[in-house]
Amino acid sequence: MSTVLKSIEEYVDLCTVYTRILAKMIEEDRRVVHIDADLCASLGVQTIAEEYPQNIIDTGVMEANMIGVASAMSVAGKIPFVHSFGTFATRRCADQIFISGCYNRANVKIIGSDPGICAESNGGTHMPFEDIGVMRSFPGMTILDIADEQQLEALMPQIKDSYGMMYIRLPRTNTVNYYLSGNHFIIGKANLLTEGSDVSIIASGIEVWPALQAADALSREGISAAVVDMFTIKPIDRNMIVYCAEKTGAIVTAENHNVIGGLGSAVAEVLVETLPVPLARVGVKDRFGEVGDRQYLAETFELSTKDIVRACKNVLERKS
Amino acid sequence: MLDLKQEVYIKRFANNIRKGIISGIASFGAGHIGGSLSIADLVAVLYCNTMNVDPANPAWEDRDKLVVSKGHAGPALYAALALRGFFPVEKLKTLNCNGTDLPSHCDRIHTPGIDISTGSLGQGASLAAGFAMSDKMDGKKSRTFLIVGEGDLEEGQTWEAALFTAHYQLDHLVTLVDLNGMQVDGTTDEVCNLGNVAEKYRSFGFETIDVADGNDVSQIYNALEMCKGMKRRPIAIILHTVKGAGLSMYAGKVGCHFTTVTKEEADICMRELEDTDRELDNIEKSL
Repeated sequence: MSTVLKSIEEYVDLCTVYTRILAKMIEEDRRVVHIDADLCASLGVQTIAEEYPQNIIDTGVMEANMIGVASAMSVAGKIPFVHSFGTFATRRCADQIFISGCYNRANVKIIGSDPGICAESNGGTHMPFEDIGVMRSFPGMTILDIADEQQLEALMPQIKDSYGMMYIRLPRTNTVNYYLSGNHFIIGKANLLTEGSDVSIIASGIEVWPALQAADALSREGISAAVVDMFTIKPIDRNMIVYCAEKTGAIVTAENHNVIGGLGSAVAEVLVETLPVPLARVGVKDRFGEVGDRQYLAETFELSTKDIVRACKNVLERKS
Repeated sequence: MLDLKQEVYIKRFANNIRKGIISGIASFGAGHIGGSLSIADLVAVLYCNTMNVDPANPAWEDRDKLVVSKGHAGPALYAALALRGFFPVEKLKTLNCNGTDLPSHCDRIHTPGIDISTGSLGQGASLAAGFAMSDKMDGKKSRTFLIVGEGDLEEGQTWEAALFTAHYQLDHLVTLVDLNGMQVDGTTDEVCNLGNVAEKYRSFGFETIDVADGNDVSQIYNALEMCKGMKRRPIAIILHTVKGAGLSMYAGKVGCHFTTVTKEEADICMRELEDTDRELDNIEKSL
């Protein structure tokens, strides 16, 4: 079981963490390149270009071209990380990711920043609630939903060294660090954050923190909730899902994404094929995004702690 | 300039590519015949003369690379690769058969010698730019050749890649435009007029070379030689070709993009290609 912070809100800008790790990786391995579609500055990676100009490539605003360039560079032995906002890194260039990337068995690490409500004031045009759904149906694609500094630090070397196409959701700013030190992260393996006996909350990305808060709130009402950080959406950790179903007999998923096609769908697929138990999905109910701050959007799209608490109570009513 | 002996050799190679295209497509019964035939002469020059490749080691790191963005022209490429010894010529007859290593569109996972998979039009230019960028980073002298057709030019991504290629001065990337004037639904002028393609490439920062007869191996060779000395700007060679070139049954006919080929039709085509062989024999004897 992992050690987590549950009461202190410590905020972090993951774009800074990403840039720091990327610079170190480039220093150690010149095969690593970061390719951006005119959003280097939004991550801060242009600072790396001062020392390693060849390893930071800006295509300009051309996401489709960026994916093609990166795919061939990876076939030639480079390890490209490409970046745009989540919407444009996936939906806009889906066919390029599928054919130039996946079909070519390329090795491109797609960083989609500001997933879901993290797009905040950029609003509905920039707010990906569908990115996981689109990427999940691409053969061989690995999908990660990251929201914690320690988690990102631990996973970046694995992302670099595991050959294959990957999509990584990465909020740039203002996420809560929820891991204490000394945790282990393995792509494809979920982390059990707290044990529970009545219900399991399986969350990913920025929904892990409210899931932990929800478990605390429920415990005050005598309900024991397990919390799982399912940071790898694909390949999903089937064993953890089955463990949760066996242990608690009820599951709630929590995701910063449409309930169609994302984490909730992936968990449901495993449950119906293994151990069907009552399931409730906290997530966006098939809607477009809109402008707003994180708190407003979490409430508007029913992603908040209280929404998770309510879903847990609902699913417990169906448990018997 | 090619001497006559070299020219005959490449013309014979191109003729054999056409035989390979026909035998493969006829074995299956249908295929992308027009666009494959239109690049047969270009592919012959590339594989006989221009490209530095090793059939015994298709993944050789310092090889020149070819990206056929019009991936449906796979049959032409497969025939060239077989003739160069990447795999047996007999394999060409497995084109599109169940479980084949020679699918309709170029596939690097299945076919030895294919550098990159293509088939969704417009994506090849970016892939070629990626190869060129990687070689530039490593200071390699390898060159990347990109074949695009009209369909690619209609896709916006091709022009994204052109901007990128010019901006990063990828002068070891040669874009070869197979301008045969036809597409699935008719002539290009009817479907979507591309205007002056050379002018467009120049406005994107390319040096361009116009090849009046893009099915003449000597003219293709001269253009490829000419671009060797060009530095700092990427090169586009505009080849005015004929769709279905080399076979009177298809040459210049709308509708030959994808068509059935019966055994009888294949026999007629093979006889025409054998006639071409005899003409080449006669030229060779006169040398």
